[in-house]
Amino acid sequence: MTDAWVVLQASGLRESLAGLLSRLPEGAIAPTVELLMAVLKATAIVLVIQLGMLYSTWLERKFIARIQDRVGPNRIGLFGLGVPFADMVKILTKEDITPTAAHRWVYNLGAVLVVPPALLGFAVIAFDRHLIAADLSVGILFFFAVASTSVIPIFMAGWGSRNKYALIGAMRAVAQIVSYEIPQVLSLVGVLLLAGTLGVNELIASQGPLGDGGFPGVWFVFLQPIAFIIFLIATSAEIERTPFDIPDAESEIIAGYHTEYSGIKFGMFYLALYFATIAAAAIGAILFLGGWQPPFAFLAFVPGWAWMTGKTVLLVLVFMWLRGTLPRLRADQLMAFAWKILVPLTLVNLLLTGLIGKLLYAAEQPPLVVFAAFTVSNAVLLGLLLWLIAWWRERDGAPAVRFDAPLAPSGRTA
Amino acid sequence: MSESWVFVAVFALIALSIPLIGLLMAFALRPKRSGPIKNSTYECGLETIGETWIQFKVQYYLFALVFVLFDVETVFLYPWAVAYNHLPLFALVEMFVFLFILGVGLVYAWRKGALEWV
Repeated sequence: MTDAWVVLQASGLRESLAGLLSRLPEGAIAPTVELLMAVLKATAIVLVIQLGMLYSTWLERKFIARIQDRVGPNRIGLFGLGVPFADMVKILTKEDITPTAAHRWVYNLGAVLVVPPALLGFAVIAFDRHLIAADLSVGILFFFAVASTSVIPIFMAGWGSRNKYALIGAMRAVAQIVSYEIPQVLSLVGVLLLAGTLGVNELIASQGPLGDGGFPGVWFVFLQPIAFIIFLIATSAEIERTPFDIPDAESEIIAGYHTEYSGIKFGMFYLALYFATIAAAAIGAILFLGGWQPPFAFLAFVPGWAWMTGKTVLLVLVFMWLRGTLPRLRADQLMAFAWKILVPLTLVNLLLTGLIGKLLYAAEQPPLVVFAAFTVSNAVLLGLLLWLIAWWRERDGAPAVRFDAPLAPSGRTA
Repeated sequence: MSESWVFVAVFALIALSIPLIGLLMAFALRPKRSGPIKNSTYECGLETIGETWIQFKVQYYLFALVFVLFDVETVFLYPWAVAYNHLPLFALVEMFVFLFILGVGLVYAWRKGALEWV
């Protein structure tokens, strides 16, 4: 397995940089080389992610078109592969309109600041065992802390536009993002508790055959399936993808907080959305699907970055699939779902995981017993989830779902 | 470890430069033909009525308050979870008490109607 990062580190890039800088004073060479290496690494990551973003817009159009029985873009280039670049040219050459009523500084800063939070999380994403830019000891915490700052530019955009739709959109966005942040971060605590670390590489190492041989040795999705589902739901609310796109619901409030933006400034919001989607899929793959770990030891000949990319693309496709199949929720349903169903569920999951961790795993019971205990605890959680939803629907006066009821006659005759 | 944080700082600057470069490129390329009608607020072609920056529905702020409570809780839960395997059994009991108090808080907010979207 060739390791691109190691090759890059060992390829003499450092030495040649030091050679170029040999005219500097002796003490300044090493720090400058470090700084230049950091700039090169950061630029490389940004370029790769940018390409990934362009093609995930293409993938989303194609995939959703297929779900809806259409063909999707197919004109520019083979299979429409040139469409993202044509879009880029279009967005760059569009006229920029700043409404006279808007607060110019807040309005423009909103469009600029929306990108960095979505991009910064990639600093701690491990694409392979050594292909990680900054393996911080608090990597997971850093990722979610940075991602959660995205509410500030969004609110700046909505408030600065001085447009009623934009303000409503921004208010909804802030309420939604802060509400779903709670189940999102709480659903991870079970994983962190079992892994006992916040470092990204250590976390991945603990969940597969190429790891440190410790517990659990399998992907966390098998131990915490309900937490994984809660994480997926909360994350797609967090990045405001349909069915959680109430902040920019076209049929209600035009385009929410980016109603007033045009040209490249609208493009920034679009960019941030796709960066955030890829970042969320990547962190989901790291936390629950084992990152660069293969599922079995005999598959270790496939390089780690291929596993990581595959899992990330898989989760991106899950987000797109949700968008293609589900209708938008209502604002009150959305908030109630976060606080009354997801938060209690994550807390119960945390208690059960803590109990199993201490009473069975720490007491060195055989792995099979521990897995059985997790199966039971997740079955309990699933039951609780279904019961909560049923109770909620009944209280709201929604018609109870009857699976045994005969289907209503559809107008179509065979 | 400190060089990792240097990288994070450099990465933040590069990430900030991405939208700035985009804005500069668009500034050079785009047409510039503005007008008073074009620059008016976009509300279905009508003149906008009334002030936009008004007092907003209080419900949004109630959610924000409950959010602060639970976000601080998470800050306490993360270090507990990371150190969990090294802690004695009593840590579990302590966390149960902590979560119980928070659960009571959630039930209180629920009963008071802070979680209702009226």
